Amino acid sequence: MTEHHPPDRLPVPDGEPVVRLTDVVRVHGEGTRAVQALRGVSLDVHTGELVAVMGPSGSGKSTLLNLAGGLDRPTEGSVTLEGRELRGLSPKQLAELRRRSAGYVFQDLNLIPSLTVAENVALPRELDGVRTAKARRDALAVLEEVGLADLGDRFPDDLSGGQRQRAAIARALVGERRLLLADEPTGALDTRAGDEIIQVLRQRADAGAAVLLVTHEPRYAAWADRVVFLKDGQIVDSAAAGMETAR
Amino acid sequence: MSVRHGLLALLSRGPRYGYQLRAEFETSTATTWPLNIGQVYTTLSRLERDGLVSRDGQGDQDEQGRVRHAITQEGRDELDRWFAKPVSRTDRPRDELVIKLAMAVTTPGVDAAAVIAAQRSATMRGLQELTRAKRSLDASAEAAQRLVLDSMIFHAEAEQRWLEHCEALLIRPTKENP
Repeated sequence: MTEHHPPDRLPVPDGEPVVRLTDVVRVHGEGTRAVQALRGVSLDVHTGELVAVMGPSGSGKSTLLNLAGGLDRPTEGSVTLEGRELRGLSPKQLAELRRRSAGYVFQDLNLIPSLTVAENVALPRELDGVRTAKARRDALAVLEEVGLADLGDRFPDDLSGGQRQRAAIARALVGERRLLLADEPTGALDTRAGDEIIQVLRQRADAGAAVLLVTHEPRYAAWADRVVFLKDGQIVDSAAAGMETAR
Repeated sequence: MSVRHGLLALLSRGPRYGYQLRAEFETSTATTWPLNIGQVYTTLSRLERDGLVSRDGQGDQDEQGRVRHAITQEGRDELDRWFAKPVSRTDRPRDELVIKLAMAVTTPGVDAAAVIAAQRSATMRGLQELTRAKRSLDASAEAAQRLVLDSMIFHAEAEQRWLEHCEALLIRPTKENP
């Protein structure tokens, strides 16, 4: 395979968000059984920004994350990822853009057990058509950034929960992915490992990634630059760091 | 809140001037409870009245007329009792927020959900600021400072969880909540 540089990948102009949702509505099902998961949500996440999404279960948090990463399409409204409107893209184009631009971290089941940590992290690069040796170099570089430089040749089962989750973050960011979508990434971890994970997410944001984090833990949400509260598919309010406190 | 016992604890490490007590108190509580120097001297004179501290040395003053205080044996006994006795809930001041929400849900014409939402945003901003303060502590920061900040973070987190719980109860008043 040759290295593949898609000509349609445009640099994001300064000041433009990595992902932008505008008046997004998402309805699941039809007719009387239709459920409005999101009812007109607008949200920007810029490079260098960590945004946390909180809200009760069923409030639309995961739907929001899936739409932001192009895993799902809105019923109405627009989603742009690195400046590209997702609506007009074919499924194949969408899959490509998603793979190049966005990485996911879930609560668990992130890594393939039969591959080493480095192979897991290199996998998205290889799917992009990058040569194995280069993909491995990319993987090792990002593993170092998350503090796992020495563990690349281990298998996921040999790692602690916190280390596995850091490996998952590495895989989500390998290459030049600028959007990291994390759905309860600390959910299965004890508080100490959870603290490590939130610190890695914060560092990745400080290093230039755009991070969208769904969490029900206020203590982790507090690491974000902005905390958005969802209720019944709408953003009801948001808290930005650095504003005056009311108490 | 015991400024009194805080000062006794500092004096148990050795005699100190009032200005030293003030600085050390603020350092060890991560400047959570700023003390003015007047509070320090008022507290010291009460402690002296009660026999828990005494003027150090022969009542010597330094060149600026400042006096050092030292803990007495009675003071040490009092400090030991303080450390040994758990703090009870009733020793703490009433929580204005709890009173406010209890009134909000029962007072006609008050939008309790709006009160909760406004508080939740404010508490989250507070939690964000505490988290920033914690992140900015360098490795040499005293264990006491970390502990105080962690305490405030856990309190803010608990308040946030409680607010979410109240909100869920208001949204679904008929459903049982676990």
